[in-house]
Amino acid sequence: MGMTLAEKILARASGRARVSPHEIVVANVDLAMSHENADLVRKSFAEIGVPRVWDPSKIVIIFDHRIPAESEKTATTHKAVREFVAAQGIAHFYDVGRGGICHQVLAERGHVKPGMVVVGTDSHTTTHGAFGAFATGIGATEMAGVWAEGTLWFKVPSTIRIEVDGEFHEWISAKDLILYIIGKLGVAGADYRAVEFDGSAIRRMTIASRMVLANLSMEMGAKAAFTPVPEIGPDPGAVYERVLHIDAGRDLAEPQIACPHSVDHVKPLSALGALPVHQCVLGSCTNGRLEDLEVAARVVAGRSVHPRTRLIVIPASQLVYRDAMRLGYLETLMAAGAIINPPGCGPCVGVHQGILAAGEVCVSSTNRNFIGRMGSKDSFVYLASPAVVAASAVAGELAHPQAICSPEVSHA
Amino acid sequence: MPDAPLILHGRVCAVLGENIDTDIIYPGRYLNITDRAQTAEHLFELAYPSIRRDLQPGDFVVASKNFGCGSSREQAATALKFAGAGAVLAASFARIFYRNAINLGLPAVVSPQAFSHCAPGDELEIDLTGGSVHNVTHNIVFPAAPLDPRAVELLQAGGLIPYLKRKHAGVA
Ligand code: SF4
Repeated sequence: MGMTLAEKILARASGRARVSPHEIVVANVDLAMSHENADLVRKSFAEIGVPRVWDPSKIVIIFDHRIPAESEKTATTHKAVREFVAAQGIAHFYDVGRGGICHQVLAERGHVKPGMVVVGTDSHTTTHGAFGAFATGIGATEMAGVWAEGTLWFKVPSTIRIEVDGEFHEWISAKDLILYIIGKLGVAGADYRAVEFDGSAIRRMTIASRMVLANLSMEMGAKAAFTPVPEIGPDPGAVYERVLHIDAGRDLAEPQIACPHSVDHVKPLSALGALPVHQCVLGSCTNGRLEDLEVAARVVAGRSVHPRTRLIVIPASQLVYRDAMRLGYLETLMAAGAIINPPGCGPCVGVHQGILAAGEVCVSSTNRNFIGRMGSKDSFVYLASPAVVAASAVAGELAHPQAICSPEVSHA
Repeated sequence: MPDAPLILHGRVCAVLGENIDTDIIYPGRYLNITDRAQTAEHLFELAYPSIRRDLQPGDFVVASKNFGCGSSREQAATALKFAGAGAVLAASFARIFYRNAINLGLPAVVSPQAFSHCAPGDELEIDLTGGSVHNVTHNIVFPAAPLDPRAVELLQAGGLIPYLKRKHAGVA
Protein backbone atom coordinates (compact mmCIF):
# COMPACT_ATOMS: atom_id res chain seq x y z
CA MET A 1 0.00 0.00 0.00
CA GLY A 2 1.48 3.34 -1.02
CA MET A 3 1.66 6.51 1.03
CA THR A 4 0.29 9.97 0.29
CA LEU A 5 2.76 12.82 0.12
CA ALA A 6 1.94 13.95 3.68
CA GLU A 7 2.48 10.40 4.97
CA LYS A 8 5.75 10.05 3.07
CA ILE A 9 7.21 13.27 4.40
CA LEU A 10 6.14 12.62 7.99
CA ALA A 11 7.50 9.06 7.82
CA ARG A 12 10.90 10.31 6.71
CA ALA A 13 10.95 13.13 9.25
CA SER A 14 10.11 10.77 12.10
CA GLY A 15 12.51 8.03 11.03
CA ARG A 16 9.87 5.43 10.17
CA ALA A 17 9.46 3.20 7.16
CA ARG A 18 5.78 4.06 6.95
CA VAL A 19 3.04 5.87 8.80
CA SER A 20 -0.75 5.80 8.56
CA PRO A 21 -3.43 8.42 9.18
CA HIS A 22 -4.19 9.28 12.84
CA GLU A 23 -0.89 7.84 14.12
CA ILE A 24 1.07 10.26 16.26
CA VAL A 25 4.66 10.86 15.22
CA VAL A 26 7.44 13.09 16.50
CA ALA A 27 9.04 14.73 13.48
CA ASN A 28 12.28 16.62 13.04
CA VAL A 29 11.58 20.15 11.88
CA ASP A 30 13.61 21.36 8.86
CA LEU A 31 12.56 25.01 8.90
CA ALA A 32 10.87 27.19 11.54
CA MET A 33 9.48 30.56 10.44
CA SER A 34 8.06 33.40 12.52
CA HIS A 35 7.04 36.99 11.85
CA GLU A 36 6.63 39.70 14.48
CA ASN A 37 5.12 37.15 16.81
CA ALA A 38 8.69 35.93 17.27
CA ASP A 39 8.42 38.28 20.26
CA LEU A 40 5.86 35.96 21.87
CA VAL A 41 7.98 32.94 20.95
CA ARG A 42 11.05 34.59 22.41
CA LYS A 43 9.27 35.18 25.73
CA SER A 44 8.04 31.60 26.00
CA PHE A 45 11.45 30.31 24.94
CA ALA A 46 13.10 32.30 27.75
CA GLU A 47 10.71 30.67 30.26
CA ILE A 48 11.73 27.16 29.22
CA GLY A 49 15.25 27.93 30.38
CA VAL A 50 17.22 26.45 27.48
CA PRO A 51 19.95 28.99 26.72
CA ARG A 52 20.37 28.47 22.94
CA VAL A 53 17.96 27.67 20.11
CA TRP A 54 18.38 24.18 18.69
CA ASP A 55 19.70 25.30 15.31
CA PRO A 56 19.96 28.99 14.38
CA SER A 57 20.44 28.09 10.70
CA LYS A 58 16.94 26.59 10.52
CA ILE A 59 15.06 29.57 11.96
CA VAL A 60 13.81 32.34 9.68
CA ILE A 61 12.28 35.56 11.03
CA ILE A 62 10.54 37.99 8.69
CA PHE A 63 8.77 41.20 9.77
CA ASP A 64 5.58 41.79 7.81
CA HIS A 65 2.44 42.42 9.85
CA ARG A 66 3.20 45.98 10.92
CA ILE A 67 6.00 47.38 8.81
CA PRO A 68 7.37 49.96 9.15
CA ALA A 69 6.32 50.02 12.82
CA GLU A 70 3.02 51.90 13.13
CA SER A 71 3.21 52.45 16.91
CA GLU A 72 5.65 52.63 19.76
CA LYS A 73 4.37 49.27 20.99
CA THR A 74 5.25 47.56 17.71
CA ALA A 75 8.57 49.38 17.52
CA THR A 76 9.43 47.98 20.95
CA THR A 77 8.49 44.48 19.82
CA HIS A 78 10.60 44.80 16.67
CA LYS A 79 13.54 46.00 18.73
CA ALA A 80 13.32 43.08 21.15
CA VAL A 81 13.25 40.59 18.27
CA ARG A 82 16.25 42.21 16.57
CA GLU A 83 18.21 41.88 19.80
CA PHE A 84 17.20 38.24 20.14
CA VAL A 85 18.20 37.51 16.53
CA ALA A 86 21.64 39.00 17.15
CA ALA A 87 22.13 37.24 20.49
CA GLN A 88 21.18 33.81 19.12
CA GLY A 89 22.96 34.21 15.78
CA ILE A 90 19.78 33.47 13.81
CA ALA A 91 20.98 33.23 10.26
CA HIS A 92 17.98 34.40 8.29
CA PHE A 93 16.33 37.61 9.38
CA TYR A 94 14.42 39.92 7.03
CA ASP A 95 13.97 43.32 8.58
CA VAL A 96 11.93 46.29 7.31
CA GLY A 97 12.91 47.03 3.69
CA ARG A 98 14.61 43.67 3.18
CA GLY A 99 11.77 41.22 2.78
CA GLY A 100 8.01 41.54 2.69
CA ILE A 101 5.22 39.11 3.55
CA CYS A 102 6.71 36.11 5.34
CA HIS A 103 5.30 33.45 3.00
CA GLN A 104 6.42 35.26 -0.13
CA VAL A 105 9.91 35.88 1.24
CA LEU A 106 10.37 32.33 2.53
CA ALA A 107 9.48 31.08 -0.96
CA GLU A 108 11.29 33.57 -3.17
CA ARG A 109 14.52 33.41 -1.17
CA GLY A 110 14.65 29.65 -1.67
CA HIS A 111 14.32 28.56 1.96
CA VAL A 112 11.76 25.85 1.20
CA LYS A 113 12.74 22.55 -0.44
CA PRO A 114 10.62 19.58 -1.49
CA GLY A 115 10.11 17.01 1.27
CA MET A 116 10.86 19.39 4.14
CA VAL A 117 8.82 19.72 7.32
CA VAL A 118 8.19 23.46 7.69
CA VAL A 119 6.40 25.04 10.64
CA GLY A 120 5.46 28.68 10.94
CA THR A 121 3.73 30.79 13.55
CA ASP A 122 1.25 31.81 10.90
CA SER A 123 -1.73 29.81 9.71
CA HIS A 124 -1.02 30.36 6.00
CA THR A 125 2.25 28.44 6.29
CA THR A 126 0.36 25.84 4.20
CA THR A 127 1.46 28.01 1.22
CA HIS A 128 4.78 26.15 1.08
CA GLY A 129 3.13 22.94 -0.01
CA ALA A 130 3.41 24.50 -3.47
CA PHE A 131 7.09 23.52 -3.18
CA GLY A 132 6.39 19.97 -2.02
CA ALA A 133 6.97 20.67 1.69
CA PHE A 134 4.78 19.52 4.56
CA ALA A 135 4.17 23.03 5.86
CA THR A 136 1.78 23.97 8.63
CA GLY A 137 0.92 26.71 11.10
CA ILE A 138 1.50 26.44 14.85
CA GLY A 139 1.12 28.78 17.84
CA ALA A 140 3.88 30.79 19.48
CA THR A 141 4.21 28.60 22.56
CA GLU A 142 4.55 25.50 20.43
CA MET A 143 7.20 27.28 18.37
CA ALA A 144 9.15 27.99 21.56
CA GLY A 145 9.23 24.21 22.03
CA VAL A 146 10.51 23.79 18.46
CA TRP A 147 13.21 26.40 19.05
CA ALA A 148 14.25 24.44 22.15
CA GLU A 149 14.11 20.91 20.76
CA GLY A 150 13.82 20.99 16.95
CA THR A 151 10.99 18.45 16.99
CA LEU A 152 7.22 18.51 17.07
CA TRP A 153 4.48 15.90 17.38
CA PHE A 154 1.96 15.53 14.59
CA LYS A 155 -1.09 13.43 14.10
CA VAL A 156 -0.65 12.02 10.59
CA PRO A 157 -3.50 13.52 8.55
CA SER A 158 -5.67 11.65 6.09
CA THR A 159 -5.56 13.19 2.61
CA ILE A 160 -8.15 14.62 0.25
CA ARG A 161 -7.05 14.54 -3.38
CA ILE A 162 -8.38 17.18 -5.77
CA GLU A 163 -7.83 16.64 -9.49
CA VAL A 164 -8.44 19.57 -11.77
CA ASP A 165 -8.52 19.19 -15.53
CA GLY A 166 -9.89 21.25 -18.40
CA GLU A 167 -9.14 24.77 -19.58
CA PHE A 168 -9.77 27.91 -17.56
CA HIS A 169 -11.90 30.58 -19.22
CA GLU A 170 -10.39 33.99 -19.78
CA TRP A 171 -10.15 36.00 -16.52
CA ILE A 172 -10.59 32.90 -14.35
CA SER A 173 -7.66 32.11 -12.08
CA ALA A 174 -6.38 29.94 -9.24
CA LYS A 175 -8.21 32.21 -6.78
CA ASP A 176 -11.55 31.44 -8.39
CA LEU A 177 -10.76 27.73 -8.34
CA ILE A 178 -9.86 27.59 -4.66
CA LEU A 179 -12.81 29.76 -3.62
CA TYR A 180 -15.05 27.40 -5.59
CA ILE A 181 -13.54 24.40 -3.75
CA ILE A 182 -13.89 26.05 -0.33
CA GLY A 183 -17.50 26.88 -1.19
CA LYS A 184 -18.10 23.18 -1.90
CA LEU A 185 -16.17 21.70 1.07
CA GLY A 186 -16.91 24.39 3.67
CA VAL A 187 -14.61 26.15 6.14
CA ALA A 188 -14.05 22.95 8.10
CA GLY A 189 -14.15 20.64 5.05
CA ALA A 190 -10.45 19.80 5.23
CA ASP A 191 -10.00 20.21 8.99
CA TYR A 192 -7.05 18.14 10.29
CA ARG A 193 -6.48 16.80 6.77
CA ALA A 194 -3.91 17.21 4.03
CA VAL A 195 -4.94 18.18 0.51
CA GLU A 196 -3.16 17.06 -2.66
CA PHE A 197 -3.90 19.01 -5.81
CA ASP A 198 -3.08 17.53 -9.19
CA GLY A 199 -4.41 17.29 -12.73
CA SER A 200 -3.56 18.85 -16.06
CA ALA A 201 -4.97 22.27 -15.15
CA ILE A 202 -2.82 22.41 -12.00
CA ARG A 203 0.28 21.25 -13.85
CA ARG A 204 -0.10 24.12 -16.32
CA MET A 205 -0.25 26.70 -13.52
CA THR A 206 2.59 29.00 -12.55
CA ILE A 207 4.21 28.47 -9.14
CA ALA A 208 2.63 31.74 -7.99
CA SER A 209 -0.84 30.38 -8.81
CA ARG A 210 -0.12 27.08 -7.09
CA MET A 211 0.84 29.05 -3.99
CA VAL A 212 -2.67 30.57 -4.05
CA LEU A 213 -4.18 27.07 -3.81
CA ALA A 214 -1.93 25.93 -0.98
CA ASN A 215 -2.35 29.24 0.84
CA LEU A 216 -6.15 29.27 0.79
CA SER A 217 -6.46 25.56 1.62
CA MET A 218 -5.96 26.78 5.18
CA GLU A 219 -9.39 28.43 4.93
CA MET A 220 -11.02 25.01 4.72
CA GLY A 221 -8.97 23.92 7.71
CA ALA A 222 -6.20 22.02 5.90
CA LYS A 223 -3.17 21.07 7.94
CA ALA A 224 -1.03 20.94 4.80
CA ALA A 225 -1.68 21.23 1.06
CA PHE A 226 0.43 20.16 -1.89
CA THR A 227 0.73 20.90 -5.57
CA PRO A 228 2.92 18.60 -7.68
CA VAL A 229 6.71 18.93 -7.79
CA PRO A 230 9.13 16.77 -9.78
CA GLU A 231 11.27 15.79 -6.76
CA ILE A 232 8.71 14.01 -4.58
CA GLY A 233 5.15 12.80 -4.93
CA PRO A 234 2.62 10.37 -3.51
CA ASP A 235 3.18 6.64 -4.09
CA PRO A 236 1.10 4.87 -6.69
CA GLY A 237 -1.71 3.22 -4.75
CA ALA A 238 -1.74 5.83 -2.00
CA VAL A 239 -5.01 5.76 -0.06
CA TYR A 240 -7.15 8.89 -0.01
CA GLU A 241 -10.06 9.79 2.22
CA ARG A 242 -11.83 11.13 -0.84
CA VAL A 243 -11.04 12.22 -4.39
CA LEU A 244 -12.68 15.21 -6.05
CA HIS A 245 -12.69 15.87 -9.79
CA ILE A 246 -13.11 19.37 -11.12
CA ASP A 247 -13.31 20.51 -14.71
CA ALA A 248 -12.03 24.07 -14.83
CA GLY A 249 -13.96 24.94 -17.98
CA ARG A 250 -17.26 23.40 -16.96
CA ASP A 251 -17.33 24.17 -13.23
CA LEU A 252 -15.85 27.65 -13.31
CA ALA A 253 -17.83 29.56 -15.90
CA GLU A 254 -17.38 32.85 -14.06
CA PRO A 255 -15.44 34.54 -11.25
CA GLN A 256 -16.12 33.26 -7.72
CA ILE A 257 -16.71 35.64 -4.83
CA ALA A 258 -16.55 34.81 -1.08
CA CYS A 259 -19.20 36.98 0.55
CA PRO A 260 -19.19 38.31 4.13
CA HIS A 261 -18.45 37.00 6.67
CA SER A 262 -17.21 33.54 5.80
CA VAL A 263 -14.74 32.24 3.24
CA ASP A 264 -17.10 29.40 2.26
CA HIS A 265 -19.95 31.77 1.52
CA VAL A 266 -19.04 31.59 -2.16
CA LYS A 267 -21.19 32.69 -5.08
CA PRO A 268 -20.56 33.15 -8.79
CA LEU A 269 -20.25 36.85 -9.58
CA SER A 270 -23.49 37.03 -11.57
CA ALA A 271 -25.47 35.81 -8.54
CA LEU A 272 -24.64 39.03 -6.72
CA GLY A 273 -26.59 42.14 -7.62
CA ALA A 274 -25.20 45.65 -7.98
CA LEU A 275 -22.79 46.21 -5.10
CA PRO A 276 -21.20 49.66 -4.70
CA VAL A 277 -17.61 49.34 -3.52
CA HIS A 278 -15.63 51.80 -1.39
CA GLN A 279 -12.25 50.11 -1.21
CA CYS A 280 -10.40 47.61 -3.36
CA VAL A 281 -7.34 45.82 -1.98
CA LEU A 282 -4.81 44.02 -4.14
CA GLY A 283 -2.16 42.27 -2.09
CA SER A 284 -1.45 39.70 0.67
CA CYS A 285 0.29 36.33 0.81
CA THR A 286 -2.57 35.04 -1.34
CA ASN A 287 -2.52 37.45 -4.28
CA GLY A 288 0.17 40.11 -4.08
CA ARG A 289 2.64 38.56 -6.50
CA LEU A 290 3.90 39.79 -9.85
CA GLU A 291 1.28 37.96 -11.94
CA ASP A 292 -1.45 39.47 -9.77
CA LEU A 293 -0.14 43.00 -10.26
CA GLU A 294 0.26 42.31 -13.97
CA VAL A 295 -3.36 41.28 -14.50
CA ALA A 296 -4.58 44.24 -12.44
CA ALA A 297 -2.44 46.63 -14.47
CA ARG A 298 -3.86 45.12 -17.65
CA VAL A 299 -7.43 45.73 -16.42
CA VAL A 300 -6.93 49.33 -15.27
CA ALA A 301 -4.59 50.43 -18.11
CA GLY A 302 -5.89 53.64 -19.66
CA ARG A 303 -8.80 53.73 -17.20
CA SER A 304 -9.40 55.38 -13.84
CA VAL A 305 -10.37 54.15 -10.43
CA HIS A 306 -14.02 55.14 -9.86
CA PRO A 307 -14.46 58.31 -7.74
CA ARG A 308 -16.40 56.35 -5.10
CA THR A 309 -13.58 53.83 -4.72
CA ARG A 310 -9.96 53.70 -3.61
CA LEU A 311 -7.55 51.06 -4.88
CA ILE A 312 -4.81 49.98 -2.49
CA VAL A 313 -2.03 47.90 -4.00
CA ILE A 314 0.50 46.11 -1.78
CA PRO A 315 3.27 44.20 -3.56
CA ALA A 316 3.95 41.05 -1.54
CA SER A 317 7.69 41.69 -1.20
CA GLN A 318 10.53 44.07 -1.99
CA LEU A 319 11.43 41.89 -4.98
CA VAL A 320 7.86 41.90 -6.30
CA TYR A 321 7.76 45.68 -5.82
CA ARG A 322 10.97 46.23 -7.79
CA ASP A 323 9.93 43.88 -10.60
CA ALA A 324 6.52 45.53 -10.84
CA MET A 325 8.21 48.92 -10.96
CA ARG A 326 10.68 47.86 -13.63
CA LEU A 327 7.95 46.29 -15.75
CA GLY A 328 5.76 49.38 -15.52
CA TYR A 329 2.85 47.79 -13.64
CA LEU A 330 3.07 50.25 -10.77
CA GLU A 331 3.19 53.16 -13.19
CA THR A 332 0.00 51.92 -14.86
CA LEU A 333 -1.76 51.28 -11.54
CA MET A 334 -0.77 54.70 -10.18
CA ALA A 335 -1.84 56.46 -13.36
CA ALA A 336 -5.28 54.95 -12.79
CA GLY A 337 -5.36 56.33 -9.25
CA ALA A 338 -4.08 53.44 -7.15
CA ILE A 339 -2.04 54.01 -4.01
CA ILE A 340 0.96 51.69 -3.59
CA ASN A 341 1.63 50.59 0.00
CA PRO A 342 4.99 49.26 1.14
CA PRO A 343 5.42 45.47 0.91
CA GLY A 344 3.85 43.72 3.91
CA CYS A 345 0.49 42.53 5.18
CA GLY A 346 -1.07 46.00 4.90
CA PRO A 347 -4.78 46.09 5.74
CA CYS A 348 -5.26 42.29 5.41
CA VAL A 349 -5.33 41.76 9.17
CA GLY A 350 -6.93 45.11 9.97
CA VAL A 351 -4.11 46.81 11.80
CA HIS A 352 -3.04 49.63 9.50
CA GLN A 353 -2.82 51.07 5.99
CA GLY A 354 -6.39 50.77 4.74
CA ILE A 355 -8.85 50.17 7.56
CA LEU A 356 -12.57 50.13 6.78
CA ALA A 357 -15.23 52.33 8.40
CA ALA A 358 -18.68 51.09 9.43
CA GLY A 359 -20.88 50.44 6.42
CA GLU A 360 -18.01 50.29 3.94
CA VAL A 361 -17.66 47.56 1.34
CA CYS A 362 -14.29 46.21 0.20
CA VAL A 363 -13.44 43.86 -2.64
CA SER A 364 -10.15 42.25 -1.76
CA SER A 365 -7.67 39.75 -3.14
CA THR A 366 -6.78 38.67 0.42
CA ASN A 367 -7.91 35.49 2.17
CA ARG A 368 -10.26 36.29 5.06
CA ASN A 369 -13.55 38.15 5.28
CA PHE A 370 -14.37 37.55 8.95
CA ILE A 371 -16.34 40.12 10.94
CA GLY A 372 -14.04 43.08 11.62
CA ARG A 373 -11.08 41.52 9.83
CA MET A 374 -10.22 44.72 7.95
CA GLY A 375 -11.56 47.28 10.40
CA SER A 376 -15.08 48.07 11.61
CA LYS A 377 -17.20 45.11 12.68
CA ASP A 378 -19.87 46.69 10.50
CA SER A 379 -17.79 46.66 7.31
CA PHE A 380 -18.05 44.04 4.55
CA VAL A 381 -15.22 42.23 2.79
CA TYR A 382 -15.77 40.30 -0.45
CA LEU A 383 -12.87 38.06 -1.49
CA ALA A 384 -12.10 37.86 -5.19
CA SER A 385 -9.37 37.38 -7.79
CA PRO A 386 -6.95 40.19 -8.64
CA ALA A 387 -8.70 40.73 -11.98
CA VAL A 388 -12.08 41.20 -10.27
CA VAL A 389 -10.53 43.54 -7.67
CA ALA A 390 -9.08 45.72 -10.45
CA ALA A 391 -12.31 45.66 -12.48
CA SER A 392 -14.35 46.59 -9.40
CA ALA A 393 -12.01 49.50 -8.67
CA VAL A 394 -12.68 50.90 -12.15
CA ALA A 395 -16.43 50.24 -12.05
CA GLY A 396 -16.94 51.43 -8.47
CA GLU A 397 -18.99 48.30 -7.96
CA LEU A 398 -18.35 44.58 -8.04
CA ALA A 399 -17.54 43.90 -11.70
CA HIS A 400 -16.43 41.21 -14.12
CA PRO A 401 -13.13 42.12 -15.82
CA GLN A 402 -14.75 41.26 -19.13
CA ALA A 403 -17.28 44.05 -18.66
CA ILE A 404 -14.45 46.54 -18.13
CA CYS A 405 -12.12 45.27 -20.82
CA SER A 406 -14.54 44.42 -23.65
CA PRO A 407 -13.93 46.65 -26.72
CA GLU A 408 -17.42 48.23 -26.60
CA VAL A 409 -16.84 49.50 -23.08
CA SER A 410 -13.32 50.78 -23.57
CA HIS A 411 -14.22 52.72 -26.71
CA ALA A 412 -17.55 54.00 -25.43
CA MET B 1 3.15 23.26 41.77
CA PRO B 2 0.45 20.58 42.16
CA ASP B 3 -0.84 19.03 38.97
CA ALA B 4 -3.89 20.74 37.44
CA PRO B 5 -7.15 18.86 38.21
CA LEU B 6 -8.74 16.49 35.71
CA ILE B 7 -12.29 16.98 37.00
CA LEU B 8 -13.55 20.51 36.50
CA HIS B 9 -16.52 22.21 38.16
CA GLY B 10 -17.88 25.45 36.84
CA ARG B 11 -20.63 27.48 35.28
CA VAL B 12 -21.48 27.96 31.61
CA CYS B 13 -20.89 31.58 30.79
CA ALA B 14 -21.76 31.63 27.08
CA VAL B 15 -23.10 29.30 24.40
CA LEU B 16 -21.89 30.21 20.91
CA GLY B 17 -22.62 28.85 17.42
CA GLU B 18 -20.48 27.36 14.63
CA ASN B 19 -17.20 28.62 13.13
CA ILE B 20 -16.32 31.07 15.89
CA ASP B 21 -13.15 32.40 14.25
CA THR B 22 -10.04 33.75 15.89
CA ASP B 23 -10.82 37.32 14.77
CA ILE B 24 -14.06 37.10 16.76
CA ILE B 25 -12.27 35.64 19.79
CA TYR B 26 -9.39 38.11 19.61
CA PRO B 27 -9.31 40.94 17.03
CA GLY B 28 -6.22 41.28 14.84
CA ARG B 29 -5.71 44.90 15.85
CA TYR B 30 -4.50 43.80 19.30
CA LEU B 31 -1.95 41.27 18.09
CA ASN B 32 0.92 43.53 19.08
CA ILE B 33 0.03 42.99 22.74
CA THR B 34 2.53 40.43 23.93
CA ASP B 35 1.78 40.70 27.64
CA ARG B 36 -0.41 37.63 28.13
CA ALA B 37 -2.53 38.95 31.00
CA GLN B 38 -3.41 42.08 28.98
CA THR B 39 -4.87 40.08 26.10
CA ALA B 40 -7.85 39.15 28.30
CA GLU B 41 -9.20 42.70 28.03
CA HIS B 42 -9.99 42.22 24.34
CA LEU B 43 -11.62 38.80 24.47
CA PHE B 44 -14.61 38.68 22.05
CA GLU B 45 -14.41 42.46 21.94
CA LEU B 46 -15.99 43.14 18.55
CA ALA B 47 -18.78 40.60 18.39
CA TYR B 48 -19.63 39.57 22.00
CA PRO B 49 -18.23 42.14 24.42
CA SER B 50 -20.62 41.03 27.18
CA ILE B 51 -18.80 37.69 27.56
CA ARG B 52 -15.74 39.48 28.86
CA ARG B 53 -17.85 41.22 31.51
CA ASP B 54 -19.79 38.10 32.54
CA LEU B 55 -16.94 35.61 32.60
CA GLN B 56 -16.05 34.53 36.16
CA PRO B 57 -12.91 32.52 36.99
CA GLY B 58 -13.48 28.85 36.15
CA ASP B 59 -16.44 29.51 33.82
CA PHE B 60 -16.89 27.43 30.67
CA VAL B 61 -17.42 28.68 27.14
CA VAL B 62 -19.54 26.33 25.01
CA ALA B 63 -19.74 26.32 21.21
CA SER B 64 -20.81 24.28 18.23
CA LYS B 65 -18.53 23.14 15.37
CA ASN B 66 -15.08 24.40 14.31
CA PHE B 67 -14.34 26.68 17.27
CA GLY B 68 -11.19 28.77 16.76
CA CYS B 69 -10.94 28.56 12.98
CA GLY B 70 -8.78 31.08 11.14
CA SER B 71 -5.51 32.51 12.32
CA SER B 72 -2.76 30.75 14.27
CA ARG B 73 -2.84 33.61 16.77
CA GLU B 74 -2.22 32.13 20.16
CA GLN B 75 -3.83 35.18 21.76
CA ALA B 76 -7.23 33.65 21.05
CA ALA B 77 -6.46 30.90 23.56
CA THR B 78 -4.35 33.16 25.80
CA ALA B 79 -7.14 35.71 26.17
CA LEU B 80 -9.62 32.99 27.16
CA LYS B 81 -7.21 31.57 29.69
CA PHE B 82 -6.24 34.87 31.25
CA ALA B 83 -9.86 36.02 31.33
CA GLY B 84 -10.29 33.01 33.63
CA ALA B 85 -12.07 30.48 31.41
CA GLY B 86 -11.86 27.01 32.97
CA ALA B 87 -12.39 25.17 29.68
CA VAL B 88 -13.89 25.48 26.24
CA LEU B 89 -16.37 22.79 25.16
CA ALA B 90 -17.15 22.57 21.46
CA ALA B 91 -18.54 20.10 18.97
CA SER B 92 -15.15 20.38 17.22
CA PHE B 93 -12.11 22.65 17.20
CA ALA B 94 -9.94 24.05 14.43
CA ARG B 95 -6.62 22.29 14.78
CA ILE B 96 -4.26 25.20 15.54
CA PHE B 97 -6.59 26.58 18.21
CA TYR B 98 -6.86 23.14 19.80
CA ARG B 99 -3.08 22.76 20.02
CA ASN B 100 -2.67 26.31 21.29
CA ALA B 101 -5.25 25.79 24.04
CA ILE B 102 -3.66 22.57 25.32
CA ASN B 103 -0.18 24.08 25.06
CA LEU B 104 -1.34 26.98 27.23
CA GLY B 105 -2.98 24.69 29.77
CA LEU B 106 -6.56 25.59 28.76
CA PRO B 107 -8.69 22.42 28.52
CA ALA B 108 -10.37 22.14 25.11
CA VAL B 109 -13.08 19.49 25.31
CA VAL B 110 -14.65 17.94 22.23
CA SER B 111 -18.32 17.26 22.93
CA PRO B 112 -20.82 17.26 20.07
CA GLN B 113 -23.75 17.42 22.50
CA ALA B 114 -22.53 20.28 24.67
CA PHE B 115 -24.09 22.90 22.41
CA SER B 116 -27.62 21.48 22.76
CA HIS B 117 -27.30 20.41 26.42
CA CYS B 118 -25.96 23.62 27.94
CA ALA B 119 -27.44 27.04 28.60
CA PRO B 120 -25.76 30.08 30.16
CA GLY B 121 -25.77 29.74 33.92
CA ASP B 122 -25.81 25.92 33.99
CA GLU B 123 -23.44 24.22 36.43
CA LEU B 124 -21.24 21.53 34.85
CA GLU B 125 -18.87 18.86 36.05
CA ILE B 126 -16.42 17.78 33.35
CA ASP B 127 -14.39 14.58 33.60
CA LEU B 128 -11.50 15.26 31.22
CA THR B 129 -10.13 11.72 31.09
CA GLY B 130 -13.35 9.81 31.78
CA GLY B 131 -14.98 11.47 28.82
CA SER B 132 -18.24 12.71 30.31
CA VAL B 133 -19.95 15.94 31.21
CA HIS B 134 -22.59 16.20 33.94
CA ASN B 135 -24.96 19.13 33.60
CA VAL B 136 -25.74 19.44 37.30
CA THR B 137 -28.45 22.06 36.80
CA HIS B 138 -30.54 19.82 34.56
CA ASN B 139 -29.15 16.54 35.86
CA ILE B 140 -28.15 15.14 32.48
CA VAL B 141 -24.93 13.39 31.57
CA PHE B 142 -23.55 13.51 28.05
CA PRO B 143 -20.30 12.24 26.47
CA ALA B 144 -17.11 14.09 25.63
CA ALA B 145 -14.00 12.76 23.88
CA PRO B 146 -11.53 11.72 26.61
CA LEU B 147 -8.33 13.74 26.32
CA ASP B 148 -5.41 11.79 24.91
CA PRO B 149 -2.53 11.03 27.29
CA ARG B 150 -0.25 13.59 25.66
CA ALA B 151 -2.79 16.37 26.21
CA VAL B 152 -3.38 15.22 29.80
CA GLU B 153 0.34 15.38 30.52
CA LEU B 154 0.56 18.93 29.15
CA LEU B 155 -2.58 20.12 30.97
CA GLN B 156 -1.46 18.64 34.27
CA ALA B 157 1.88 20.39 33.98
CA GLY B 158 0.06 23.68 33.33
CA GLY B 159 0.95 23.81 29.64
CA LEU B 160 3.85 23.17 27.30
CA ILE B 161 6.23 25.73 28.79
CA PRO B 162 6.08 24.48 32.41
CA TYR B 163 6.24 20.94 30.98
CA LEU B 164 9.43 21.66 29.03
CA LYS B 165 10.83 23.65 31.92
CA ARG B 166 10.48 20.63 34.19
CA LYS B 167 11.90 18.34 31.55
CA HIS B 168 14.98 20.46 30.88
CA ALA B 169 15.56 21.19 34.55
CA GLY B 170 15.57 17.43 35.10
CA VAL B 171 18.20 16.94 32.41
CA ALA B 172 20.50 19.73 33.64
S1 SF4 C 1 -0.96 38.90 4.21
FE1 SF4 C 1 -2.68 38.60 5.60
S2 SF4 C 1 -3.03 36.42 5.68
FE2 SF4 C 1 -1.00 36.73 4.76
S3 SF4 C 1 0.44 36.58 6.46
FE3 SF4 C 1 -0.10 38.73 6.25
S4 SF4 C 1 -1.85 39.07 7.64
FE4 SF4 C 1 -1.62 36.85 7.34
